[in-house]
Amino acid sequence: MSKIHVSTTVNGDAVEYLCDPRETLLDCLRDKLSLTGAKEGCGTGDCGACSVTLDGRLVCSCLVLGVEAEGKEIGTVEGIAEGDVLHPLQQKFIDYAALQCGICTPGILVAAKALLEQNPDPTEEEVRFWLAGNLCRCTGYDKIIRAVMDTAKDMREAV
Amino acid sequence: MNYHSPASFAEASRIAADASGITRFLAGGTDVLVQLRADIVTPDTLIDIKKIPGTGAITRNADGSWTLGVAVPGAELGEHAGLVADWPGVVEAMNLVGSTQVQGRATLTGNLCNGSPAADSVPAMVAASMTATVTGPNGDRTVAVRDIPTGPGKTSLAKGELVSALHIPPRGENAGDAYLRFIPRSEMDIAVVGCAVNLRLDGDTVVEARVSLGAVAPTVLLVEDAAAAIIGSTLDDAALDRLAAAASAACKPINDKRGTIEFRTEVAGVLAKRVARIAYARAKGEIIKGHHG
Repeated sequence: MSKIHVSTTVNGDAVEYLCDPRETLLDCLRDKLSLTGAKEGCGTGDCGACSVTLDGRLVCSCLVLGVEAEGKEIGTVEGIAEGDVLHPLQQKFIDYAALQCGICTPGILVAAKALLEQNPDPTEEEVRFWLAGNLCRCTGYDKIIRAVMDTAKDMREAV
Repeated sequence: MNYHSPASFAEASRIAADASGITRFLAGGTDVLVQLRADIVTPDTLIDIKKIPGTGAITRNADGSWTLGVAVPGAELGEHAGLVADWPGVVEAMNLVGSTQVQGRATLTGNLCNGSPAADSVPAMVAASMTATVTGPNGDRTVAVRDIPTGPGKTSLAKGELVSALHIPPRGENAGDAYLRFIPRSEMDIAVVGCAVNLRLDGDTVVEARVSLGAVAPTVLLVEDAAAAIIGSTLDDAALDRLAAAASAACKPINDKRGTIEFRTEVAGVLAKRVARIAYARAKGEIIKGHHG
């Protein structure tokens, strides 16, 4: 099977790659575009470490084929900071030490950013349900949830 | 694996009809890609239907019925205020499938055609009397959603056939639907038992009802005895007890790690009562939010 040419947009930049139709978007981001922020945890859509946005919608990039990105807008963790200025979520995760090994962190940041764009004032329960598909095996969830809640508060007050 | 992204359902059907080996249609991909990854199903031909016009649309028709594109993800159903107002049970059932990320991709049509007896949305679609347009080599036919799954992982669709749209009937007055499932945790799990109820009232009396169960038989069940148990009642305690007994009596579950036969049979009755109460309250005009509402 010949490779398929894909033109897409990642974090606002037009990019192109050639991929086998069996390759996932996660494979393409990491291996062809060297965007290694999205991690492969389970590869089956259970852990959320590969979370990205696809036309603004939160998805697991392991459950999207590379060819499906044609003409779409992809957002990854690499696009969250503005130059050297961290996104408030990134800064708050550092302040709260809401990470340990860091494998789940990019996916959680992408997912939490998507939540706050849709719901700037989530309840703790809403944050926990929204992030139910992002598994963390070291720090536990409490600091992560507190970091997201506190970021939401700061961002509301900054408006 | 040959990847196709046809521009029409007729073309998709033709590609599938002419293909040899294993063919899969790709909508949200949350089952197809998992099976590909796990080497459970490696398609020779993969047909992505998302470039076909209309597959992403939610349409309320002039008669109050709804037409749902086959690639509409669960998250979009949940964000559609009009659809949620008319058919909260169908939407809450689909919204229970997987995580936020999975909701960004997973579709009703995929949940149906994957053929899992535990699919959350299927009992709700059956209770709602939903139908599917099936496009095949000989054109389109309309099939009740209930008649599509035929066993675990199996459907009644023939080679070259695919679901090209889903239809929900007009909601009408004084009616409501609901879905609940039992899982041993609060999120991200597969139904041990699922139950949907769709009913209509005249005053306080139930005049129409459909009760459907999932994960208690090789396919979704439409339990007519359970519906009969509440039709003509005001959903009093005696009617609810008859409903529970009829729901439990219809179960033909398996024993597995998620639940025993005895447990599933008991829980089916318990859920039927709870779901009927929610559907009844919704038919009375109460807003009862789903698990994720």
